[in-house]
Amino acid sequence: MIVGDNPIKAYGLLIGSALSYPVGIGYTLFYTTPLIFTGLAVAVAFRCGLLNIGAEGQLYVAAFAATWIGISAAKLPMILLVPIACIFAVLGGAFWGAIPGVLKARFGSHEVINTIMLNFIAISILGYFTQYHYKTPGDPIMQTAPIGANAHIPRLGQFIPGMPEFIPLNFAFILALLACVFVYVFLWKTKFGYEIRATGLNPTAAEYGGIAPRKQIIVAMALSGALAGMVGIHEVLGYRYVYYDNFSANVGFTGIAVALLGRNHPVGVLFAALFFGMLERGGIPVDAFTEKVSKDIVDILKALVILFVAGEAMFQMLFSKLGVMKEQ
Amino acid sequence: MLELKNITKRFGSVLANDQINIKIEKGTIHAIVGENGAGKSTIMRIAYGFYNADSGEILINGNVRDIKTPHDAIALGIGMVHQHFMLVDTMTVVENIVLGKEPGSQTSLDLESAKQKIRKISEEFKLFVNPDAVIETLSVGQEQRVELLKALYRDAQLLILDEPTAVLTPQEVEEFFAILRSMREQGKTIVIITHKLDEVLAISDNVTVMRDGKVVGNVMTKETNAAQLAKMMVGREVLLRVEKPDANVGNSVLKVENLTVINHEQANALKSISLEVKAGEIVGIAGVEGNGQTELIEALSGLTPAANLSGKIVFNGQDITKLNPRKRKEYGIAHIPEDRHKRGLVLEFDLSENSILGVHYRPPAATSLGHVLLNDTAIQQRANQIIKDFDVRPPNSALAAKALSGGNQQKLIIGREFDLQPRLLLVSQPTRGVDIGAIEFIHRKLVELRDAGCAVLLVSAELEEVTALADRLLVLHEGEIAGEVDPKIATTEEIGLLMTGGR
Repeated sequence: MIVGDNPIKAYGLLIGSALSYPVGIGYTLFYTTPLIFTGLAVAVAFRCGLLNIGAEGQLYVAAFAATWIGISAAKLPMILLVPIACIFAVLGGAFWGAIPGVLKARFGSHEVINTIMLNFIAISILGYFTQYHYKTPGDPIMQTAPIGANAHIPRLGQFIPGMPEFIPLNFAFILALLACVFVYVFLWKTKFGYEIRATGLNPTAAEYGGIAPRKQIIVAMALSGALAGMVGIHEVLGYRYVYYDNFSANVGFTGIAVALLGRNHPVGVLFAALFFGMLERGGIPVDAFTEKVSKDIVDILKALVILFVAGEAMFQMLFSKLGVMKEQ
Repeated sequence: MLELKNITKRFGSVLANDQINIKIEKGTIHAIVGENGAGKSTIMRIAYGFYNADSGEILINGNVRDIKTPHDAIALGIGMVHQHFMLVDTMTVVENIVLGKEPGSQTSLDLESAKQKIRKISEEFKLFVNPDAVIETLSVGQEQRVELLKALYRDAQLLILDEPTAVLTPQEVEEFFAILRSMREQGKTIVIITHKLDEVLAISDNVTVMRDGKVVGNVMTKETNAAQLAKMMVGREVLLRVEKPDANVGNSVLKVENLTVINHEQANALKSISLEVKAGEIVGIAGVEGNGQTELIEALSGLTPAANLSGKIVFNGQDITKLNPRKRKEYGIAHIPEDRHKRGLVLEFDLSENSILGVHYRPPAATSLGHVLLNDTAIQQRANQIIKDFDVRPPNSALAAKALSGGNQQKLIIGREFDLQPRLLLVSQPTRGVDIGAIEFIHRKLVELRDAGCAVLLVSAELEEVTALADRLLVLHEGEIAGEVDPKIATTEEIGLLMTGGR
């Protein structure tokens, strides 16, 4: 309204285009998938008391790892290459996540700083490799050579009636849903998850209970990195089939907002990622089909949501401080 | 001098003070007793202006006064000394005393005039402290004197003291009482908030007993006794001293040989300690906190990093010095930690999850899939059994631990450790912050465990508790065993002397 356009029309376009079948939903879920992965990644780390700001770097490393094996082992049959490439992505992310984990466990250095630094390192080093070693000669775009066809994972359009195949929603979405289930079971139904959660809530009590907090930190960061790394599967194996320099639209950082909104719980992360995915998808037609409203409205909406959620956390803290005073 | 009339205070849904009526006569020592949560701290904080009552009146010398903030209270001559001292460690005594009421102009601090006044007050009330001493260097008893001086410096006529003897040795308590008596002679009025009935009987003139936010009795001290007060506090007959049959002592279970531990300040917290605990006996460790007790228990339970430790710990003939806490638990060593919030519980976990802390990785907690998946049914069953056997209230295993009172949290921890049927129990400050009713229960359980053949090492800063429960009593002072006494015949003076290092 401030910009001068009809708000009902704008929001209508936003929601309508996000949910329309099949194209709208297809794209919404496509944008949702990486956010589920990074949201879960940040959530898991947070459950151990860690702030993983490095999902971005972790997913780049994972994507590159998947690309590398996709190119190098292109001759392998699909039934081997796809799982192997997926494993490479997961291990790549886990490795990049474990580094700040080890640094914190051994030296106590804060993971916020280390993960942010490692983001820069990852993107730069991988950019170098892309430019000078893996690019198709003569290709003006900063991307690697394509991975072998046997490494491709199918678009969901192949299986869902009525959904055209040009929509990049792919099998990684199913993996994302499975990841949600896995994280839930892992954190609340296994002894490993119990140890991580105990460490996150009270490391001194965890130590008393025979848990080694330093080990948990490394495990949690590695797991977090692995989850973030699954974005590589979605992006490289399911969409672009190359490692495209700077391909991520800050998905790693949006994951932090997703985890926050989703209360660091897989169900919450799922819905929060869906919400952000809808905004991402809906922003484009809003931009195209209204005169004055631009795609930035989506970013403003995202920022407002984050502010309110963070504000709610602040209110909760205020109330609990009053509660502490009561008991005295 | 101070009258609280029909004071009512609510915090959310909790009625902390319900129509409280207390009359405190000038020139008396008035004790306010009650269990945790009875509302005694709340009512005094209202008198001091920390809280504002929802309804009711405060009368000072017959006049209704509006006390909205501690400033108002101080202006009216009311001073308060809290349980946890509010002193700046790095500043001197005089700097702490004048903090908030600094003499001199805006630009220059006039500490000399302050020191003069402090010396005068010290003389009057026999509260001797060096005004230029830095707080860090003072003993706890001296710190308390500084707190008293703070209140007196502001011309307090009525002093409210919250749990003043919690951190004092028996000797220091005696000295403290002497100071209180001289203050009373000088016309000051003193209110003590405490749960220590024997001290109430020793020092106070009048007692107000509170329970569940109400005043249940206002009596003159000379007309009552400990049993009566306890009964008023709890609402039923309370056994103040646990009945303990003679110990049936068996083989040596724990042997500590020349244990030396350095703390995080690289100082020797324990200096070549040796001791032994046999099956079926309770060995008590008495001593003022901070003399190595924490380090001793942590070393025995495996929480001390190996680099900070030298010496030998032998359990049932096996050298366990290098074992981690998990292994020690598997061998049958249970540990009830001194700080239940820091070490004993994960407050945000529910009671079920807390009940498996330490055993979560093996059956019956973790059973399926190669001992990875948690068996929720088994966990809950066991938790409910512990809750029932140890009278944890409210008896709901889905509640978060932080929703329980301190006493119930402690009962859960005790139940959890007892369920392991340990051969050795390390227990530290088992009834700190726990209500009288629960204290009785916990003491009974500890004796039962001893009679079942367990070896118990009990650390407690409460002299009454450790002399009542222990079969043998060791006193720890500055990291060394100052002496061993027979708790049945040793006097408080003897023990107190050992606690301060005299032999």
